[in-house]
Order: sequence, then C-alpha cells, then structure tokens
Amino acid sequence: MRYLTADAKHPVRFILNDQPVEGNAEPRLLLTDFLRREIGLTGTHVGCEHGVCGACTVRIDGASTRACLVYAVQAEGRSVETVERLAVNGDLNDLQRAFRRHHALQCGFCTPGILMSLSQLIDEEPTADEARVREVLSGHICRCTGYHGIIAAALDVLAERQAGRHV
Amino acid sequence: MKPAGFDYARPDRLDEALAVLAEHTHTARVLAGGQSLGAMLNMRLVTPKVLIDISALAELGHIQADDGMIEVGAAVTQDQLLRWPGLKEQPLLAQTLPWVGHYQTRQRGTVCGSLAHGDPSSELPLVLAMLKGAVVLASQRGSRTLTAADFQTGTMQTAMRDDEMIVAARFPLAAPGCSSAFREIGPRRGDFAIVAAAAVGDQDGVSLGIGGVADTPAIRRLPWLDGAGLDDALNTIAWELRGSSDGHASAAYRRTQVRNLGRQVIGETQHALFNR
Repeated sequence: MRYLTADAKHPVRFILNDQPVEGNAEPRLLLTDFLRREIGLTGTHVGCEHGVCGACTVRIDGASTRACLVYAVQAEGRSVETVERLAVNGDLNDLQRAFRRHHALQCGFCTPGILMSLSQLIDEEPTADEARVREVLSGHICRCTGYHGIIAAALDVLAERQAGRHV
Repeated sequence: MKPAGFDYARPDRLDEALAVLAEHTHTARVLAGGQSLGAMLNMRLVTPKVLIDISALAELGHIQADDGMIEVGAAVTQDQLLRWPGLKEQPLLAQTLPWVGHYQTRQRGTVCGSLAHGDPSSELPLVLAMLKGAVVLASQRGSRTLTAADFQTGTMQTAMRDDEMIVAARFPLAAPGCSSAFREIGPRRGDFAIVAAAAVGDQDGVSLGIGGVADTPAIRRLPWLDGAGLDDALNTIAWELRGSSDGHASAAYRRTQVRNLGRQVIGETQHALFNR
C-alpha cells in the first residue's frame, strides 16, 4: 500500500505528452496546479475548479478528465496528455486548424479543455454525428462562441478524417 | 478552491482499505472516481484527514450478471458500465446511464460512488430504488447488504456507518414482459436533474420513480390509467412529494415537471408494452 502523508511533498512520476516527467507534490495538490506550476505547462486552464466548466480537461490514459478533480499523486505511472500535445512541431493539428477556420474560439479560455475532449471523441468515434458532438460538448462551458463554430469545426474534422484526408 | 490537506492512501487490496478505514473511522473518506467528492473537497465542504483511493483495486473492478442481478464493483466507472455488452439485460439502467453526468465525468465517476454520494437529484439512486436493487457494504466487522430503500435515508445521507464502504451495487435484471422509460429535465444535459422520472411497466400496471423533488427517490405503483385518471394520479404525486423552491426551480415548476415527465415516461412504457 502507498501511504502519503499530508505534510510532506512526495515524488510523482508519469508520462506527460509522451515524455517522462517528475516533480513533487503534497497529496492535496491538484493535477492542474502540478501541470501549471511544477511542470510549467500553462495550456491547461483553471476555471471553476470544481468540475463544472471543463476548462481544465486533460486526457489520462486516453480518457478526457477534469484535471481539477484529480490529485497529482493519482497520475503516478499514468499517461497524461494536455493541449500542448496536439500541435506537431509547432504546426497546429487538424482540429486546431478547424477551430481557427470556423471561429470556434474567441477569448480561448475554454478551448484547451474542449480540444482534449473532442480529440478523444474523434480518435475513438470517427462516425460521431452532430448530436454526439453536442453531447460531448455539454461537459464544457464556452461563454464566447455559442458553440456553433465549435460544433462545425468538430464535424469538419470528423468528415475530413472519414474521407481519409487526415493530416 | 484548493482542498485542505489530507493523507493519501492507495491500498493494493480491499482488506488494506478496510484496515485504514477502521483505523481512521470518522476522519477518512473513500475516494473512487472523485467526481462528487473532489468538488466537495475543493470547496472544503468536507475536510477528511485521510483519503483512501480505491479506484485501482482489482477486487472492485468487476461487472457480472448472475442470480438475476448485475453486480457492479465499487471501482467500476459509469462509462465502463455504459459500454458493457450485458447492459441490454437491464434496459432502464441502459436508458438512464447516458444522463449521468457528462462524457468527461462518466469516464472517471463510479456507479457506486454516485450511490454513496446520495444526491436526491442524481439518476443512479433513482434507478437502484426503482429496480429494488441493493448495495453491498463492507467493513472489518464483516459485510452486509442493504436494499436501496434502506440505504439512502435522506439528502446526501445514507445508512452507511463510518467504518463501512460500498464494495458493490446490485441491479436486478429486467423481468420478462416489462418495459421502461427514463426522462429528466435540467439546466444542461448532464447537469443535476431538476426533476427526473423513470417508469417500469408490466401487464398489471406501472411503477413511477421521481428524483430531484423529495429528499430520496420516490416510487409509486399505479394501475394503468388514461386521461383524467392519470392526470389526477400524477397531480396527487406531484403534491405529495412536497418539492421546495431553490435557485434552480420553483416548487410549482417541479410539480409541473412531475406531471409532464411522469405522463411522458408512463406513456412511453405503455406504448412499448401495448403498442397504443
């Protein structure tokens, strides 16, 4: 059994965006704060910090998850992906480019979390329809776009990938 | 906000988890998916000294159907159950699970955790009560099984003792010749229901379950009624449940939705059974 005391920092090691990382965390440290402060990756945004807004969504072993409801020590040995994983050699990936094309963001605060949820959907359910995209998006709050651009971007990428034009 | 400090225990076996729970009775909380507890910790509504993370306990990761029951271990996520091929043997559970939280929270939140949380507007306690299911509790003193009605005693209140944890939930399989329906209304899909309604019907009549209004799921058995007879029965139930007004909805709106959703789920059940 692992037993980590509240009053000390404990080493945490996991795979972050395909690279091994390590840092130290008290048990109460949220994964959001570990990513942003210990590792220095600030793409994962902190919104409501109680699991409602979806801004902090990351993928843990492939599953989109609110990082504000996970403690850093729980990531031990897991594979975590954040929005920084999406661009390839500095070039936006197809979903990110579709977001730009469809004006799927304005202020951009909610965008990293939405990109991570939609990445899982597109990876796992290539035949997802608009209703399914809307259902997945219900786990996120966007105050700028009214969601239409986001839905259009997701459907565009789903259609592109189905047509085999995945870049 | 950030949670207050806690020790984090990650047992490898159930007996280790129960030992930590026995040692820290009153000050420990069991963490499975953390989709309700995590929010409460962040808001400091709860400040346990020890969190016991059972999410990786292999002993609690099973879904199995036998003895006319689907047994779901305490580490099973809502999403795992939703994707389980045998779920079609219990249509009400299959109809309801897509309404439990969001895509993102279902992949981490557990079935048993939702039951343990005992929110009166959440769907799984309603389904467990509708199906006359049960929860299996364990402690170092032994284990016991409680029916849904005996388990949930009020708003976020259960009969679970401080040294106990849920190890499994049991959902009876659907009886032959039954049909079921589920509906809810809330601010956004996946949010807590303002009113949730479930129905299970057979040749003799229909059971109607209402969540989100009273402090525990309310189940009523009705004969098949039509028109004004059904209106009267639903109106009586809407008033009996004594729903109150809060920031989400007024009491009058809740009564209206008990009548509307009740009529819808009963109608869908009746249509599926009698094709009328």
